[in-house]
Amino acid sequence: MEASLFNSLIDISESPAASRGQADLMLERARWAATVFDRYDRDATMRIVDAVAQAAHEHAAEFAKKVVAESGFGVAEHKKIKNELTAKPLVDFYRDQDYVNLRIDETRKIVEIPRPAGVVFALTPSTNPIATINYKVLLCLMTRNAIVMSPHPAVRETSIEAVRILARAAEEAGAPAGVIQVLEQPSIPLVDAFMGSDKTNVILATGGTPMVRAAYSSGNPAIGVGPGNAPVFVDASADVTKAAQRIVASKSFDNSVLCTNESVLITLPEVENQLKMALKSSGAYICSDEDTAALRRFLFHPRGFNVEAIGRDATWIAQECGIRVPTNTKILVAPITQIGVEEPMSREKLCPVLAMHVAKTRSQALSQSRAVLRLTGAGHSAAIHTKDEASAIDYASTVEVYRVVVNAPCSQGAAGFATNLAPTFTIGTGFFGRSSIGENVGPQHLVHWTRVAYNSDTDESFGNYQEIGRGFRGALPPAPADGVPGSAPAAPPAPQPSAISSIDSATKDELRRLIAAELRDLLRK
Amino acid sequence: MSQAKTEFLDRSKTFWNPGKTQDWIDMGVDLVIDRREGYYLFDMDGRRLIDLHLNGGTYNLGHRHPELVEVLKAGTERFDMGNHHFPALARTALAEALQACAPGPHFKYTAYGSGGGEAIDIAIKTARHAAQKKKIVSIVKAYHGHTGLAVKTGDDRFSKLFLSHDTAGEFVQVPFNDLTAMEDALKDRDVAAVIMETIPATYGFPMPQEGYLPSVKSLCEKYDALYIADEVQTGLMRTGEMWGCTKYGVEPDIMVTGKGISGGMYPIACVLISEKCGGWLKEDGFGHISTMGGAELGCVVAMKTLEIVQRPEVRTMVRYISDYLRAGLNDIMAAFPDFFIGIRQHGVIMGLEFNHPQGAKPVMKHLYENGVWAIFSTLDPRVLQFKPGLLLTQADAEEVLRRVAIAIELARAEVMGGRRRMV
Repeated sequence: MEASLFNSLIDISESPAASRGQADLMLERARWAATVFDRYDRDATMRIVDAVAQAAHEHAAEFAKKVVAESGFGVAEHKKIKNELTAKPLVDFYRDQDYVNLRIDETRKIVEIPRPAGVVFALTPSTNPIATINYKVLLCLMTRNAIVMSPHPAVRETSIEAVRILARAAEEAGAPAGVIQVLEQPSIPLVDAFMGSDKTNVILATGGTPMVRAAYSSGNPAIGVGPGNAPVFVDASADVTKAAQRIVASKSFDNSVLCTNESVLITLPEVENQLKMALKSSGAYICSDEDTAALRRFLFHPRGFNVEAIGRDATWIAQECGIRVPTNTKILVAPITQIGVEEPMSREKLCPVLAMHVAKTRSQALSQSRAVLRLTGAGHSAAIHTKDEASAIDYASTVEVYRVVVNAPCSQGAAGFATNLAPTFTIGTGFFGRSSIGENVGPQHLVHWTRVAYNSDTDESFGNYQEIGRGFRGALPPAPADGVPGSAPAAPPAPQPSAISSIDSATKDELRRLIAAELRDLLRK
Repeated sequence: MSQAKTEFLDRSKTFWNPGKTQDWIDMGVDLVIDRREGYYLFDMDGRRLIDLHLNGGTYNLGHRHPELVEVLKAGTERFDMGNHHFPALARTALAEALQACAPGPHFKYTAYGSGGGEAIDIAIKTARHAAQKKKIVSIVKAYHGHTGLAVKTGDDRFSKLFLSHDTAGEFVQVPFNDLTAMEDALKDRDVAAVIMETIPATYGFPMPQEGYLPSVKSLCEKYDALYIADEVQTGLMRTGEMWGCTKYGVEPDIMVTGKGISGGMYPIACVLISEKCGGWLKEDGFGHISTMGGAELGCVVAMKTLEIVQRPEVRTMVRYISDYLRAGLNDIMAAFPDFFIGIRQHGVIMGLEFNHPQGAKPVMKHLYENGVWAIFSTLDPRVLQFKPGLLLTQADAEEVLRRVAIAIELARAEVMGGRRRMV
């Protein structure tokens, strides 16, 4: 249907009524899908999840290329890795988690029934669009939620195509129609209409601060996250060579578009020279004062960070700034003497430029790290390279973040891809960062549990719930279209027996170990 | 009943329609609709009712749909009804939009009425002109409206009262789903057109048997008669497709759409005319004149209505609503198998059949008392017309089922007495 034909005389598409109309329609369709999805058992759910993960995996490289072409930033080869990680490995990470069946706690005499959120409205960023789409869609499917995605306008076309492919895969695997939808013409009034609608159960907001704050102000429950600005502390006990390699690998990974990338390197005089040498041999270019000044002018405009620089190659940025660097330069390291409002280079930089500050003492290093996070990035991520546990704990309990990565690349590590943290594309910035969640956002955040609690009195015995399951009725039988040949309704499917998870817990533990090892290996490569 | 309502009903009897006002009171439905929003009606005493009557799909998209209100308001900044003699921006734009979604590429023109009856009259006149024959065949208990020609196609209850029934043998009626009778009526080749509601609404939605409608169309072709599809209650996505006739594989020669096309906001009805039937529009374009037919504000609303019902989300919604309500109604039917004996359904067009000649009336009354407004079928009061909107919410659908179960149990007790028989 050509909508313009129907709007040709009086066009109200910009009116609040039109925004509300579209939001209501898509959200109500999602509500129907979620209502039916809630009838699915775990096997049917996981079949859909696996089919969607497979589709995401198959298109990882294609969409990595398309996104780089559409947005002009990032590294296709790295995006492919992210797109793949957020497909099958993400599902495998959570495979032994059951968000469908009853949880029975004999000791506490409590039965817990999972209750999906219902309709999730999700916003995706321009920086990690496909990985975030994969991740949010799969989180929703694992928990039997319906999702409406609002793509970032800068990567709209590829995002829409990606969501459609996942939606088709889901429906072909038996998911209710409309369980995955995408907003094709996102605009601020339209997004506001979705966020403010009482048909939205929760907003999953990943992106810029104004959008996240708008999500929190909408009146609906929101899981929003703040920006990053990770300090990385290389202390005197660190294996400096490895630290340098990891930092360069992290900063150059997809040209630092992950919000978990290291922003300011802080170290101590006793390892400064050694660290600089190691950085150089890992592919970093150490800037002179003039170079740093040129970078500062280029990256920070009076109104903020130069979006042109997001996710660009180090060599491209150097060239723009008139800095001559070797062609194999992976990151630019800019020494700075101050940290705080007077030094823009101590702010978040979603590009392969790392500020470097040498503190006089360990205690000053810690206070400088706190200062970095006072600018932006509260509640987000930090890293430390050390062999001293006391130093690690001291640092971690000083900086106001909820994840501190030790001896690992921060970009990947804080997002759960080079550590055993939960793999995520939504980093909970918690109370420090004005968010409701302080851990890596996962499927557990999209389901609440109805708790059936028995009288704690020992005289009152707990029931036997092991054999009792929920009656999962599956998809709705199609209603007949009387008189249309072949439309007679199929016999309604027999109620499915309650699906008690088919994997025992020992197997689960083993699987979990294998998957974690697999994830770690992937990122070492 | 409040004092205010009692007084109002008296005034209604005094100034408007004493018979109709009293009939509703006698049927236990003392409804005076005041405020309305979405699928809710609010009685003047404040009681809320979920509307499953929708005036035959007029309120398909709900009452006062925000986008229709907006487009009508915006339309008044530029248009009024317009001058019916002249080429008009909105009338042409709507005709173009209708042509784009017509049930067949052969549709070319649109003529306008201000309501369904007038549109049916235009359709019949158009067919007569094209065929150069007068006879019109419709089905027994047909209902196509109350205007001059339309009323003659229908049940004589509405024509004889006004001494307006056919006496010249120009209007023939045959039983629905009876192909032999249809062929008998057509075989003298003196019939201009068969007019057919795709699913006869006022007759309680008896469903066409498999192959019936396409066979009628074939018979029309065989005996040089035209096929007029009355899609007033079956069009606009109520079957899950834009037009009900498409679902049955029929490409009519002339098609009438009304009710829902107005969005319930501004009266309008449309006659889609194929090239071969549109001769009078060239021979004498002034042949049918209607000052208010195709009022341009109505056209503006109709275009928005067409755009909304064709959104892909609506199609899925209709499927969910149909499937969900059917599953729930099957459960209710299983609980009262001696009273609630059948469901006729195509999409959100539904008729609930009860085992009593007037069975739908007590069900209607108890539904009314339980917050749901659904009307019995005038021409078959065993059947309750059950017509949810295209955009019914999941929560309201659940509410409807809960209330229907209660009302049917009460109606059964009233009609059949005794204890409820559980199976």
